[in-house]
Amino acid sequence: MSDRLWPDVALHVVSGKGGTGKTTVAAAMALALARDGRRTLLIEVEGRQGIAQLFDTPPLPYEERKVAVAPGRGEVWALAIDAQEALLDYLETFYNFRRAGTALRRMGAVDFATTIAPGLRDVLLTGKAIEVVRRKQKNASDAYDAVVMDAPPTGRVAKFLNVSSEVSGLAKVGPIRNHADLVMGVIASPQTAVHLVTLLEEMPVQETIDGVEELRKDGLPVGGVVVNMTRTPVLTERELQAASEGTLPADAIRRSLQRCGLGAHADDIVPALLEEASDHAQRVALEARERQRVDALGLPTFTLPFLAGGVDLGGLYELAEVLSEGGVR
Amino acid sequence: MIGATFTNAPSLHIDPILMDPSIHIIVCTGAGGVGKTTTAASLGLRAAEMGRNVCVLTIDPAKRLAQAMGLTSLDNTPRQVPGVCAPDGSGSLFAMMLDMKRTFDEVVESHADPERAQQILTNPFYQALSSSFAGTQEYMAMEKLGQLHVRAEEEGTWDLIVVDTPPSRSALDFLDAPARLGSFLDGRLIRVLTAPARGAGRGLGRLAAAGFSIFTNVLNRILGAQVLSDLGTFVAAIDTTFGGFRERADATYALLKDRGTSFVVVAAPERDALREASYFVERLRTDDMPLAGLVLNRVQDVLDPEFTAEQAGAGAQLLEEMAEDETSVAADEARLTAALLTLHAERMSLAARQRHLADRFTAAHPGVPVSAVPALAEDVHDLDGLRTVGGLLASAL
Repeated sequence: MSDRLWPDVALHVVSGKGGTGKTTVAAAMALALARDGRRTLLIEVEGRQGIAQLFDTPPLPYEERKVAVAPGRGEVWALAIDAQEALLDYLETFYNFRRAGTALRRMGAVDFATTIAPGLRDVLLTGKAIEVVRRKQKNASDAYDAVVMDAPPTGRVAKFLNVSSEVSGLAKVGPIRNHADLVMGVIASPQTAVHLVTLLEEMPVQETIDGVEELRKDGLPVGGVVVNMTRTPVLTERELQAASEGTLPADAIRRSLQRCGLGAHADDIVPALLEEASDHAQRVALEARERQRVDALGLPTFTLPFLAGGVDLGGLYELAEVLSEGGVR
Repeated sequence: MIGATFTNAPSLHIDPILMDPSIHIIVCTGAGGVGKTTTAASLGLRAAEMGRNVCVLTIDPAKRLAQAMGLTSLDNTPRQVPGVCAPDGSGSLFAMMLDMKRTFDEVVESHADPERAQQILTNPFYQALSSSFAGTQEYMAMEKLGQLHVRAEEEGTWDLIVVDTPPSRSALDFLDAPARLGSFLDGRLIRVLTAPARGAGRGLGRLAAAGFSIFTNVLNRILGAQVLSDLGTFVAAIDTTFGGFRERADATYALLKDRGTSFVVVAAPERDALREASYFVERLRTDDMPLAGLVLNRVQDVLDPEFTAEQAGAGAQLLEEMAEDETSVAADEARLTAALLTLHAERMSLAARQRHLADRFTAAHPGVPVSAVPALAEDVHDLDGLRTVGGLLASAL
């Protein structure tokens, strides 16, 4: 088992290009971090109810709910942050304005603040996450041992997290500015790590490389790279080479098919197998090229297997186990 | 081997749509990461090579795909892709990448006198709105589509515009964003915010006027006085300039509903992407928008469908057991063959899972035609690649 990575990180932000499985990875990370009696909170911010679908629970309200248990009596809780609710929450916490909420909503002000006003929405979403990160229990220990955020995709994540700069053009002073600065104080600190999920394909890897650069430029702490949906190679180097050159021994394969009772259809099967082997070799070569580009980033990298049966709760535990082995625990 | 064997949905015949002279706009939409831009570009190229004069509007193309279409500079105007035409010399392909801020600036400049335009462009609120508001990209994509459409009708430069929608949080955002921004700018809140300039509370009604001071108080405390005054200035400037954002939003919306428009929903055979596609299909139906069908990208193709995963798996297991007891050449052969059979079995199970997801979509939306495009080994980054995809798109069985 590798050493425990990021022992001081309280907020793990998980991003990735669309289709790379960032919600799945975020959930697996929350499970991994909840091992051995710890408590983690998994949050989503895009209103997609991806967590509920993953854990097969009814849609999550704006309320923390327990969604799974981790090995060693750990607990994973989940929260779907909604910008409108977060705004009313914020007004109540800081101004005791809850009752004004209805009036504001009627005026269209809530809609304005959460969908139109540039940057405000993001401050509200990240602000709620930071509130949870900083929350203490009565005995002064942290309410959650770690918070994992299923964040917007790589292309937008730096902008999403960099709330200070988002509101800076607007509010140079005032409560919004102060709030943004408070949020930024946690996000741009060693308490946070931003992890990027990728597949071994050209576009997701390119977005990951660009994303790392952008995060660093904005002074946001980059964590690790999670290479998702990888397959174990079933052919040796030499066989792959032969497969791509079209020199795999067709006669030998035919003989073996006869031995295992598939000889009768060998005329159909052999050409199909050879073509599939050639596709596979091409795919493996592409993955190797992309893997080099990921390695060149020099970041802690985790490799998660492709789950042939689709992602279910059992699959999540399997992925969490791989992350734990790699140091996320 | 794909198409009829992959899904039991009716086939999406794309060529008749591309060649239909009454179709002027094709909108490609779907979740992020499903190959929308590639689909839009492939459809555009195919239509051009069938003799249509096409303009492809892309939002955020991958670098190499942009280069393939000659999009090296971001100047917010369509550029012709050299060397694209039909065999008889007719047809052409133009492409452009959306510059959101520039498009917004152009809208301001074309609707305000220079002095007022300058006032708006330098306002901090405008600057934030035009470069970072989550809905601006959607709004500007639709605005640009409207502009291109007008230009196409006036100058006859294009007779078909293929548009790729922004990578929204939800694929539905781009339909709602214009109306939302429009209703905000025309709405009650704006009247309140601009009210100080007109005399507080005038025209709001007595009740609203009473709530008004509480309201501005709240805003003042939350936003700070400076934000509120910037916002007020911005709104006052833009209010008199735009002649009703809502009208523009309504016009774009009407254009999308027109029979000359055709929507292509793009998905990959994955749960999330198909769920998004489902929502979108329902929304298009509710809004009475013309849906052409579903393009299903990255489908696992199957070379010998009668040779099942179970057969291959059983064969592989048998051979592996045999190989363990042998140390000869025959063992190596058995191992290799077992590996190949395992590959086939994996491929078959993936195909079966994808088919299951596609069937569920079709069960929910039985009438929606589908075109399945097989997964390609490499990403597309040249015209030949786009041509290949276009061919696959059109060959739904």
